[in-house]
Amino acid sequence: FSPVGKMFRAVVRLSTSGVRSLARIRPCYSAPLASRCYSHAKVETDEEFDARWVTYFSKPDIDAWELKKGMNTLIGYDLVPEAKILDSALRACRRLNDLASAIRILEAVKDKSGPHKDIYPYLIQELQPTLIELGISTPEDLGMDKL
Amino acid sequence: MLTSRALVRGLKSGFWRPLSSTSSVQAAHGKDMSPDVLDPSVQQYNNRLDTPLSDVPFVRNLNSEQRQLKEKEKGPWTKLTKEEKIALYRLTHELTYPEMRRGSSEWKTVLGGVFIFLGFSGMLVWWQRIFVFGEVPHTLSDEWVEKQTQRMIDMRINPVGGFAYHWDYVKKQWK
Repeated sequence: FSPVGKMFRAVVRLSTSGVRSLARIRPCYSAPLASRCYSHAKVETDEEFDARWVTYFSKPDIDAWELKKGMNTLIGYDLVPEAKILDSALRACRRLNDLASAIRILEAVKDKSGPHKDIYPYLIQELQPTLIELGISTPEDLGMDKL
Repeated sequence: MLTSRALVRGLKSGFWRPLSSTSSVQAAHGKDMSPDVLDPSVQQYNNRLDTPLSDVPFVRNLNSEQRQLKEKEKGPWTKLTKEEKIALYRLTHELTYPEMRRGSSEWKTVLGGVFIFLGFSGMLVWWQRIFVFGEVPHTLSDEWVEKQTQRMIDMRINPVGGFAYHWDYVKKQWK
């Protein structure tokens, strides 16, 4: 028994106002000595999560169903995906010759940011090299962000 | 008996025909208007904010122009014009996210309808007041109420916390 150290529950949600970083729910403080986790399951770190999804979309022979399933699942989570995951997904769209899905992904990510209006411009800025390379226009370029 | 059966059959073909879509409408839209639409085992297109990529594209039956565009999509996307990109998007998706989020003006219709019916009810109540109800009892006339109030004051009705309490017997007025 360690008398010192209460478990510090750092729950960072998108819904918290003023959150600028792309953080997620952390059920346990990911300290090296995770001595007071209430479940014996290993908690996935943010980096592991990102890496997993980047790998998923990087599959060279990814098929359309897998892309759809991946994207729909990712959008279902309580987070906005990191730029590297989106980059991987956009490249998957390119492999599948699916421009519409690429634009849709950008729209979905903007919608997912909700009231945090600064996330989307940041992501576009990060993805700019990819967008230019692949020739993907943003919804704003195509005038589709207006009604 | 025979005439009614013929009538029903006539009604069926005459009435339901315009409701079912013609084949040309079906071909233009990706959405199947056939009984498929009611069949949950067949994949459908949906516009959902939480499902960015739908199971099937919106337009499934492409005409030759659209097929050509799809071929061009296989090449570098830098060669596509803005209109072509928009066209490709619209082939796969019916509504953009802003379009999905757009509200309607239905609330104005609803509120207007509510007010109309409230007004109509008010009209009925008013008419009833004038034409149905008889005269009000004479004990509610101003004259009677004056005399009644004076009597209540003289009787000292509820002198502690009620009626007569509020009358100032010295100054002969309400407090």
